Amino acid sequence: MSGASNKITDDELNALILRLGTLLPQLNHGRHGRVASSSTTKILKETCSYIRRLQKEVDDLSERLSQCLDSMDITSSDAEFLTNLLQQ
Amino acid sequence: VKNPSSSLKSRFITRFLGALTKTNAEDPISSPSPTRIFQRYRRIKVASNKSMAYSVRSRRIWSRALLSRFRSRRSAFSGRRSSVKTTNCTTSPPPALIKVTIDENKTAKGGLDMQTDELRELVPGGEAMDVCNLLDETAHYIKCLTTQVQVMRKIVDFYHHSK
Repeated sequence: MSGASNKITDDELNALILRLGTLLPQLNHGRHGRVASSSTTKILKETCSYIRRLQKEVDDLSERLSQCLDSMDITSSDAEFLTNLLQQ
Repeated sequence: VKNPSSSLKSRFITRFLGALTKTNAEDPISSPSPTRIFQRYRRIKVASNKSMAYSVRSRRIWSRALLSRFRSRRSAFSGRRSSVKTTNCTTSPPPALIKVTIDENKTAKGGLDMQTDELRELVPGGEAMDVCNLLDETAHYIKCLTTQVQVMRKIVDFYHHSK
């Protein structure tokens, strides 16, 4: 069992890590596609905190929706919603 | 140029709105108590994650993991086993299973394995993925989460403006 069975190359891993980096708002500073000298460790850490933030946002938005939805009649607004949301 | 992400978004919107409509119909609250609002919040959150997982279907490891989690939750609905974590609701497989899987996927990059531990807990099904898959799945998972947030925000804004 040698390293030859391991088909994952350094380059492939780096490419995947870099791609993750492009998804992270903090690391990009507006430069789309360029991740300035961010280490793998930093990218992984940022990725984790970004995911946590997003999950928390889903949480918070769910809470807000639960408060909004009291007497709203969604069915009549359905079509309007979809049109608005899908149009952007 | 095909844009698969826009059709994913459409599917998510359709499902999620359908779930919200259902929630409202089953539980029309005229005088909401805190408990009811809390229950509704839980249901909406599950609906959001479910809607996205179903929209992705079984094309991704993370969505398959979520879907099987939802199914097992439904069949084992006898007792309430809710973990009180609000930020993420991952459940991990028994420790023995994790150990075996990680050993089998051991790469020469032992350091990277350690660094990805936290990520494995956050991405559904992450414990059993090899590093390549994990990174790939993570990127897709993040895109889907941002879509969820985007859509939910628009819905909230809509309600705010119409009140």
